[in-house]
Amino acid sequence: MPDSHQHGHQIGDHLFIHRHTYIHDLPPHLKLVAAFSFLLIAVLTPASNYPSFAGYFAIVFALIIAAKLPIGTALKRMVVEIPFVIFAVLMPFLGKGPFIEIAGLTVSEPGLNAGISVLLKSTLGVLISILISSTTNVRDILHGLAHLKVPALLINIATFMLRYSAVITDELHRMKTARESRGFIAKGPRDWKIVAQVAGALFIRSYERGERVHLAMLSRGFNGQMPQVSHSSAKASHWLQVSVLPIAALFVLLIGMYL
Amino acid sequence: MKSLKVSNLAFAYPDGHQALFGVNLELEKGERVAVLGPNGAGKTTLVLHLNGILSGSGDVEVAGLRLDSNDKNNLLEIRRRVGIVFQDPDDQLFMPTVREDVEFGPFNFGLRGEELKNRVDWALNQVKMLEFADKAPHHLSFGQRRRVALATVLAMQPEILIMDEPSSNLDPASRRELAEIVKSLDITVLMVTHDLPYALELCPRAVILSGGVIVSDKSTREILMDEKLMNEYRLELPAGFDPKLIS
Repeated sequence: MPDSHQHGHQIGDHLFIHRHTYIHDLPPHLKLVAAFSFLLIAVLTPASNYPSFAGYFAIVFALIIAAKLPIGTALKRMVVEIPFVIFAVLMPFLGKGPFIEIAGLTVSEPGLNAGISVLLKSTLGVLISILISSTTNVRDILHGLAHLKVPALLINIATFMLRYSAVITDELHRMKTARESRGFIAKGPRDWKIVAQVAGALFIRSYERGERVHLAMLSRGFNGQMPQVSHSSAKASHWLQVSVLPIAALFVLLIGMYL
Repeated sequence: MKSLKVSNLAFAYPDGHQALFGVNLELEKGERVAVLGPNGAGKTTLVLHLNGILSGSGDVEVAGLRLDSNDKNNLLEIRRRVGIVFQDPDDQLFMPTVREDVEFGPFNFGLRGEELKNRVDWALNQVKMLEFADKAPHHLSFGQRRRVALATVLAMQPEILIMDEPSSNLDPASRRELAEIVKSLDITVLMVTHDLPYALELCPRAVILSGGVIVSDKSTREILMDEKLMNEYRLELPAGFDPKLIS
């Protein structure tokens, strides 16, 4: 390994869009609480309540604009939703009766409603996730989760994943380079055996690295507990400010119900 | 008082392979000593005994404190006193940022708040990496990562610094920078290495570990000039390197 060697990107690093906005600067755990409560209300809203959903989308887009995120980028990142969209589109055709006719197609009515519901709610969820991941460092998200008393073990696993995903991806790239340098290019199922062996080798290497990391931790006095040095704090006024999001959602819900 | 005193240390792995057959070694405070020897001589096994990760028969004493691996508090204090810098910095740096990693050791030994921050800043300053405190380890070069690995150990203010192959994989400039840093530290050093010129540069004294025992213990220069000894233990200088020409 030469000295100039640098690892690849940490997972999530490239999602963060650096801006100085109110939303970027909010304490991460409050963002998470606000996002979660907003989504909870949205998910519990019946899909037939279209005016409420229009309101939810308006709120989310307002937040995306307030965070100065490029709309194009936000929309591009929505491709992760495609599997859900396919599922939602299939539902009207796979559901049971009663059937109705739309534009010459016979579709299942409960299937259609369920499909619309999946589409609306998953889109909201994806947009909120994009909003959080673009305005918060992965590291800060983990700090936020720790602050919210998510079990330390889960946080630790995620923290190690964050640190070592780049190391292991690098290792995989080096193995790939070494393989290809000796004339191997995966062409079809016949080569799967090789690919499986690579996966096995990578697993064993990672396992051994885990053991070495553990030794290094013990050598520095590790006693089973990771230090949780809090780097963020929230004032009561911050709580008040973020509660605006779920309150707005409730408001939209109530208006939608009476329209 | 001696920084390190190892007496009659013997150890066999659970599979029956005996790695150490009675090692005796003493280091005075402030001394820098190189451990030389061929692969498989038991160097790493010896290192892991010095802070009680492995425990065999015989005695290990660090600055007068005898290692007792059954006593948790004793073990913790020994681990604070013995700082090991492992060979692969990616094994040593497991936290998402440099600062959090350097905090790890002193945090485990009870430092908090301002005191913890000062200690971390001090340690990073020692290895000239303070400006990288908030970087992620994978954004650093290999040489920088090794220096941070050294800082994670210095932050515990150990009695003795143990370095496993400190110059491996470093380019010549990083290798020299690391040597300058080690020389600037006021600390006892035990350095395991295959890099004989590096041993000569940093450590006035060297021991050869072979077959699980110390077979030679004298000045590094004497060892490097003793052709018979060198051949016997598969030690080799880089082609063209003449220890006589180094003052």
